[in-house]
Amino acid sequence: MLELDNVQVSYGSIAALHGISIKVEPGSIVTLIGANGAGKSTTLRAISGLARVRAGSIRYDGQELTNLPAHQIVARGISHVPEGRMVFANLTVLENLKMGAYRLKLGAEFQRDLDYIFGIFPRLREREKQAAGTLSGGEQQMLAIGRALTGKPRFLMLDEPSLGIAPILVKTIFEKIVEINRQLGMTILLVEQNANLALEISNHGYVLETGRIILADASSALRQNPQVREAYLGR
Amino acid sequence: MARTISLLRRSHPEKVGLRQWQAWEHGNMSGTEFFQQLINGVSLGAFYALIALGYTMVYGVLRFINFAHGDVFMIGAFAGYWLTPKLMPHFPGAWMPVGVCVVLLTAMALCAGLGIVIEKLAYRPLRSRPKLTVLITAIGVSLLLEYGGQYLFGPDPKSFPDLITDSALEGTGALTITRSQIIAVGVTAALLAALSFIVKRTKLGLAMRALSNNPTAAALMGVNLDTVISFTFGLGSALAGAAGILWAISNPSIDPLMGILPGIKAFVAAVLGGIGNLPGAAVGAVLIGVVETFVGGSSFSSYRDAIAFSVLIIILLFRPAGLLGKAQVEKV
Ligand SMILES: Nc1ncnc2c1ncn2[C@@H]1O[C@H](COP(=O)(O)OP(=O)(O)OP(=O)(O)O)[C@@H](O)[C@H]1O
Ligand SMILES: [Mg+2]
Repeated sequence: MLELDNVQVSYGSIAALHGISIKVEPGSIVTLIGANGAGKSTTLRAISGLARVRAGSIRYDGQELTNLPAHQIVARGISHVPEGRMVFANLTVLENLKMGAYRLKLGAEFQRDLDYIFGIFPRLREREKQAAGTLSGGEQQMLAIGRALTGKPRFLMLDEPSLGIAPILVKTIFEKIVEINRQLGMTILLVEQNANLALEISNHGYVLETGRIILADASSALRQNPQVREAYLGR
Repeated sequence: MARTISLLRRSHPEKVGLRQWQAWEHGNMSGTEFFQQLINGVSLGAFYALIALGYTMVYGVLRFINFAHGDVFMIGAFAGYWLTPKLMPHFPGAWMPVGVCVVLLTAMALCAGLGIVIEKLAYRPLRSRPKLTVLITAIGVSLLLEYGGQYLFGPDPKSFPDLITDSALEGTGALTITRSQIIAVGVTAALLAALSFIVKRTKLGLAMRALSNNPTAAALMGVNLDTVISFTFGLGSALAGAAGILWAISNPSIDPLMGILPGIKAFVAAVLGGIGNLPGAAVGAVLIGVVETFVGGSSFSSYRDAIAFSVLIIILLFRPAGLLGKAQVEKV
């Protein structure tokens, strides 16, 4: 289980998170929704070690993660697909996937994982030797997810996987996220602008507003919540 | 009979190439002269390449120019100066080539260690500071090595011991090819092949390329950035150390300031090839070496460096990212 307890983050003198507390149960899908600048990405960055936590604590299965360097957090099985994908543009698709498995041995198991990922995203197999920078935005998103999967995380964080992707592909990507969660038993923490879809596939949701959590509930309950419906579901 | 040639040739081609000079004056450089200059130029370029690769690799991972790099080259030469009399007596007769390799590898290891220590003590604490701060620190480190070197080794030139006896090869017709040239080009080629293998085929090499592409993403993959950065400094410094020894074999007068000019030229070569691009650094270095040698053999020889740098400026006007550099492709 991942637990954030009263976590505060600031960029310089600007506070981005004013003490948020979140729990993610193993095997579940949890989503963070909120307007632009609410602090969703910052929350993920704090967990993965990219943003410095000023106060509060982050624990995973009882172990303290707060302010560990990013590479040590990945080693605990927590993987972060960052906002804007951040694929290695000059590396090939295959090399990107190898980087995902950087801390593992590239043996038979890597081959099996690769087959699994190519099964989910066949487009990546066709583009195996191509520089990642030449992929389309949607393909880069697939690669970013695939690259996180080759690292065999137990806990996967996805920051706006639907950003800039055609609606038809968004549905596919969400289906794949559910598939990964069910088939691999991977816990997923999802940040999404598309609150509708996110609440549809998740078990639990948190609503962030300017660095504070204003609502936390089961996703099905949040979808019925008038406040959420008006502000985030456009109904 | 082997002609022992003037060791001045490499350091001052303008003093040696009298024949070429006259040929050029009369506008009739022969094929032989041309090839002679080409050989000299390529082997000079080989030195620059070894140094240039260090600049470009460090730029790749940290996006700053390590101005102390040319001085690591100087330390390489002094390491050879110090190691040769200590190690070579253990490798008599036919063992001599093994001894040369041992001296070379030991000096490379020492320089690698020096590069790693410099990064750790001087640059790492400033990692999150503006690049200008780090750049000025690099100049400080450079001065420290130069004047620290003068303090330790004395300011006057030392004569590099005969690690190998330099002589011209026989059976090359009118061309003069020296053993040191062959060794310099051969060792450079071997080191370039090793480097290319490390960068393309090993996990650390992959991490280096990933880090230079996107450090944040590399950290998210579990890469310990400090390890890869140390490794990069070690690798680049080892190559510079090797260059220092090879240089000293053909220019046996070494002094603590000897790294400045080759350092600048190698930096120019790295920029010319496209900073951050490894094959680019090698291409740029050979180009600089060849231009410098040809100009040195012409009537413009006193403007050798000026012309070499003008070539840089002209090429950069047309290709601002360097010869092999390309504008970054990144979709957001
Ligand atoms: N590197 C930074 N330096 C300064 N301020 C930052 C930085 N990154 C984020 N912020 C600020 O922190 C706040 C939270 O940003 P964050 O990226 O977490 O928002 P978000 O909820 O992910 O928004 P979006 O939906 O637009 O991605 C914003 O006000 C933002 O301006
Ligand atoms: Mg965001």
